Amino acid sequence: MRKVLIIGATSAIAEATARIFATRGDALFLVARNADRLQAIKADLDVRGAVRTATATLDVADFAAHRAIIDHAERELGGLDTVLIAHGTLSDQGECEKSAAALRREFDINALSTMALLTSLANLFEARKAGTLAVISSVAGDRGRQSNYVYGAAKAAVSAFLSGLRQRLAKANVDVLTIEPGFVDTPMTAGIANKGALWAKPDAVAAGIVHAIDKRRSIVYLPWFWSLIMLVIRHIPEPIFKKLKL
Amino acid sequence: MPLHWRDAPLPHVEGSVLAWGNGRSYGDVCLNDGGTLLPTRGLDRYIAFDPVSGIVRCEAGTLFAEILDLAVPRGWFLPVTPGTRFVTVGGAIANDVHGKNHHRAGTFGEHVRRFELLRSDGARIECSPSQNADLFAATIAGLGLTGMVVWAEFQLLRIEGPWLAQETRRFGNLAEFFALSSESERDHAYTVAWIDCAARAAQFGRGVFFRANHAPPTAAGRRPRRSRLAVPFTPPVSLINKLSLHAFNELYFRRAREGSAIVHYEPYFYPLDAIGEWNRIYGPRGFLQYQCVVPPAASAAAIAELLRAIAASGRGSFLAVLKVFADRPAAGILSFPRAGTTLALDFPNDGAATFALLDRLDEITAAAGGAVYPAKDARMSGARFRQYFPRWQHMLAQIDPKFSSGFWRRVME
Repeated sequence: MRKVLIIGATSAIAEATARIFATRGDALFLVARNADRLQAIKADLDVRGAVRTATATLDVADFAAHRAIIDHAERELGGLDTVLIAHGTLSDQGECEKSAAALRREFDINALSTMALLTSLANLFEARKAGTLAVISSVAGDRGRQSNYVYGAAKAAVSAFLSGLRQRLAKANVDVLTIEPGFVDTPMTAGIANKGALWAKPDAVAAGIVHAIDKRRSIVYLPWFWSLIMLVIRHIPEPIFKKLKL
Repeated sequence: MPLHWRDAPLPHVEGSVLAWGNGRSYGDVCLNDGGTLLPTRGLDRYIAFDPVSGIVRCEAGTLFAEILDLAVPRGWFLPVTPGTRFVTVGGAIANDVHGKNHHRAGTFGEHVRRFELLRSDGARIECSPSQNADLFAATIAGLGLTGMVVWAEFQLLRIEGPWLAQETRRFGNLAEFFALSSESERDHAYTVAWIDCAARAAQFGRGVFFRANHAPPTAAGRRPRRSRLAVPFTPPVSLINKLSLHAFNELYFRRAREGSAIVHYEPYFYPLDAIGEWNRIYGPRGFLQYQCVVPPAASAAAIAELLRAIAASGRGSFLAVLKVFADRPAAGILSFPRAGTTLALDFPNDGAATFALLDRLDEITAAAGGAVYPAKDARMSGARFRQYFPRWQHMLAQIDPKFSSGFWRRVME
């Protein structure tokens, strides 16, 4: 049985992942901003078979509150061995181009808060020589594109951070999983019309996340074909890339 | 405008709205041309489940398939299920669906204990048979017109395992069907028949009768594999035609193995769910469903007349299902099931000729004092609808002014 902490538990991918854990009879501690929605998810996971569930509210931008949340999760679950960090906002690229304050807010949420949480969690798991840290980054972090490079830059920072953390914690037997979803049909992307064949459902991405955690993978693209797409995109020469509309 | 949270208000849009579950209604009861659909599949959370009493409360976008995955291993089953498990709870309420156990359990609406209705003025109204009973009766079979069902609570059926003990009997004519049906109702939870509607002369009215009960766990059979079988593309013309139909029906009747078998609930209740995109076999023009019910006194004559009209038209139906409904008080104002015999058919859409046949079937149904099922209809006239559902005016005061559907505008013309 896993004892799982999920940050950003009301996101569609996180909720779908939590359902798989719950169905297997794992214990879950759910963290997000909205208490009512946490309660709705908690009740659902209880019915699905979670051995124990508890919730707490947190604004991830409040870095000072991070440590207390982790302690709270440990107390509620009687330990902790798996963490999924799934919170995030889809940045308004246009606003971030006009305003450095907007840019900074996006970085606080999508990059710094994640790294801050990981700093506490890494030390905890390193000392115990066990655990899994799974973090949702994004294919947007693989190469900056004009349509969303602020979001992409924040995710690139997370991916680079995870890469280093994985090396460091490998010696301590702690798994660090970088999750790179492509386009996922969720409330976060509801504003995007014309979702084509590349779009995946949260359930499918969640199944891939749990599989990667169980198999102790390092980096997982979900669905898998995004690894091929990003391989191509990363290798487009700059003179050509500059002229593309991506 | 997809919905994801049960505490969220309805989205503000111009024009009319209609909740849209999983789109398994065959006609336009789940369409709202010119208005906005509110997809509800994001509302798929359980709220409570009591494994002792079998009472479940869940959001309205939850699929029957999802409830079965949860409930069957815990010893519970849907109280009533239609022929596909890919319907939402909200859709099952809005169409007050029925199944092979109507003679014993009635419609799904009879097992609903309460639900919350979200109205366009923002009001959230809890309805049950004793609380806001008028709105409760208008929402069950209310075709989604009274507002949006946010969550519902209903009673599951106790079972000992996923198996059914099924008996198969062939019958040579309609009289034999009615005899088999009445003989089977007392001791069998589920009864249904397939009828060969291409048969004429001496073979007229032949078919295969199936009756079943949930079986004890000792009766283990073969567990089905969840196949990925699917119709990969839409053929340019319907694969269902006069020739293939006669061949299929002949084969199906002859190969029906009489006797008893232990079968898993999935192939028993949901044979078509095993074939993805099965509707594609009807080609790009699709097909029309027709399901009617005729009252007991007129049943034998009217069913025979319907079958003769179909055979004479040369447009037989591949899938033809016959079932006797019990005489029970309806759960909803517009509930379709009522005392009598129901016949369900699929016709490839051959344009005017198909519509002419369906109009002819309507004449027979109406003359017998019967009704046609709105959930499967795409073409009945407003006059016919009001004749089939004489209490329709009781709906008017309960309908939410912001909610509408293609079907409703059509039959209110």
